Amino acid sequence: MQPTARKPVKVESSWSIMDRVGLGLAWAAGLSLCLVAGSIIAYMAYKGIQYVSWEMITSAPEASLDQSATGGFLDPIIGSLVLTVIGIVIAVPVGVAVAVWLTEYGRPSGLARAVESGVEIVAGTPSIVLAIFGLLIFQQSFMGLFSFTAEGGAVFGRSFIAAGAMMSIVALPLVIGATREAMMTIPRHVREASYALGKDRATTIRRVLLPSARSGIATGATLGMGRIIGDTAIVVILLGASMQISPEDGFGGIFRGTGSTLTSYVYNNSPAGEGNAPEKAYAAAFVLLLIVIFLNAAVGLIGRRNKPQWN
Amino acid sequence: MDARVELLLGALASTILLLIAGMVIFVLLKGMPSFTNNGISWFGFGGNVDQQLMDIFNSPANPADYNYELHAGPLLYATALITGAAIVISTAFAVLSAIFIVEFAPHNIRRVLEPVVRLLAAVPSVIYGLIGILVVVPWVADNLISEDRKESVAYVIQLDGTSILVGILILCIMISPIMIAIIVDALRSVPVTWTQGAAALGVNRWRSMWTVSLRAARPAIVAAAVLASARALGEAIMLSMVAGSVGFAPNPLDGFTFFLEPARPLASTIVDNAEGLSVVPFGQTMYAFAAILLVSSAFLSFGGWAARRSLSKYTLGAR
Repeated sequence: MQPTARKPVKVESSWSIMDRVGLGLAWAAGLSLCLVAGSIIAYMAYKGIQYVSWEMITSAPEASLDQSATGGFLDPIIGSLVLTVIGIVIAVPVGVAVAVWLTEYGRPSGLARAVESGVEIVAGTPSIVLAIFGLLIFQQSFMGLFSFTAEGGAVFGRSFIAAGAMMSIVALPLVIGATREAMMTIPRHVREASYALGKDRATTIRRVLLPSARSGIATGATLGMGRIIGDTAIVVILLGASMQISPEDGFGGIFRGTGSTLTSYVYNNSPAGEGNAPEKAYAAAFVLLLIVIFLNAAVGLIGRRNKPQWN
Repeated sequence: MDARVELLLGALASTILLLIAGMVIFVLLKGMPSFTNNGISWFGFGGNVDQQLMDIFNSPANPADYNYELHAGPLLYATALITGAAIVISTAFAVLSAIFIVEFAPHNIRRVLEPVVRLLAAVPSVIYGLIGILVVVPWVADNLISEDRKESVAYVIQLDGTSILVGILILCIMISPIMIAIIVDALRSVPVTWTQGAAALGVNRWRSMWTVSLRAARPAIVAAAVLASARALGEAIMLSMVAGSVGFAPNPLDGFTFFLEPARPLASTIVDNAEGLSVVPFGQTMYAFAAILLVSSAFLSFGGWAARRSLSKYTLGAR
């Protein structure tokens, strides 16, 4: 039987003009993203490898008019390390405690909500505002023991402890967020099982919940470390502008002293700061980038490793 | 024992809250004299901001004679301009890139691109500033600023390559990765039945992404934009390196030269002038700037929360 004669139907493509434009834009955005990312990494690698050397990493910076004698950046590296340690040592216990209180207790609920908003405000505050606030606190006379006090009573207000304390505020929201997430993924029946065995809430937290949340806490701490290492504004304002680490005499030593970190070293050696040694800046920036890459990879690894199974 | 632990932890959390509230209140209080002495004209234009800052710094030591006069219009304008332009461009770029990564990227490119984007989000701002000031600024100075251009504005401002163009460009590159990461996560969490349903109805891939997944991900896009704008608002170091250190208000009537003029947002002003904080009226002016930044970022968070709440009525659950 012959099929009925029909006019041939023109099949329209399902992609209209606007859709094609959208597709083109998406590809353009994606390719330019690849280009920008690739060129940043390639350029930093190229310049960094060109200028960095083992003796740069291990020699201390020195003030000198002759560029070739200004030494390396050992002190800034130590400075970054000290700041990170101080920041994390303060942020992790406090952050875990606050996160535990928010998820496990959290009464009265108005207070819990206020604390949550407060943490969010801190998370969104620019670090320059935190730096100025730090200066405000640490320049009060009763804070004199945290930094150097000149004759005449003016408290300098700038020291490793001052910068470290502000850095811990910067890292706090990250630790709190990661810990809360980790604790919230622990299913309810684990807690109920612990209560059924006669344990009270505090013991449950200490013995059951916190050990399971270890990887979340570690993730939060590593994220905080990454943020601390990369922060420049707080360092520029609160660490004093000495190139080398100058500890104070007497109690506290290095903590009350001033110094520099990798970030402030890069800033000072770029055309924006006083130096004008782009090679040193590139080398230090390269080392900084390697540290950040390493911390990033560590976050990924920690997240993947200790995934506790609940069933 | 349980009650004691709860009390202890609650006390700790309240102390943190008090510290944060104290920070906000202190900064506002410290900056108040600058506002009260200038009134509403603090927000206006009038005169050279750098000169006014210098005069404040040089004011006599007698508290009754402190000089507070400041018209911070150029700084506010620069902040709004740079931040606003960066947010608008970055949101568009981030949404398109996220769609590319989730839907259209070849598998190998996607495997490389995702960790790279996450890495870029973590790179410190000094490194972006360094590349900017050592690579982009000289390029702009050599290729985009001709002698005639310099002549045309020489009576007001020097053009040396540090400009809002470079500032906005590098700021976009800086805040896009975090937006891309958040939006990609949101696009991926759209229930697969929704996209399959769209495909079953014959909708092509771009359109299903645009009308289904993107609409569902709107709260996440708002959240990403708020996060990025908070970062852009507070970006001090990078912008101080590449956008110029002059408190100048770029003039849109200059045509293309508008983009090549330097400017200095509030955060960079604080960083550049940090050494003068010990002079009382100067310090109070700086705290006034910090107060503006604090209030703006608080407003941003609140606005983002409100926008997300109204959007999540139509989309997947609470976010």
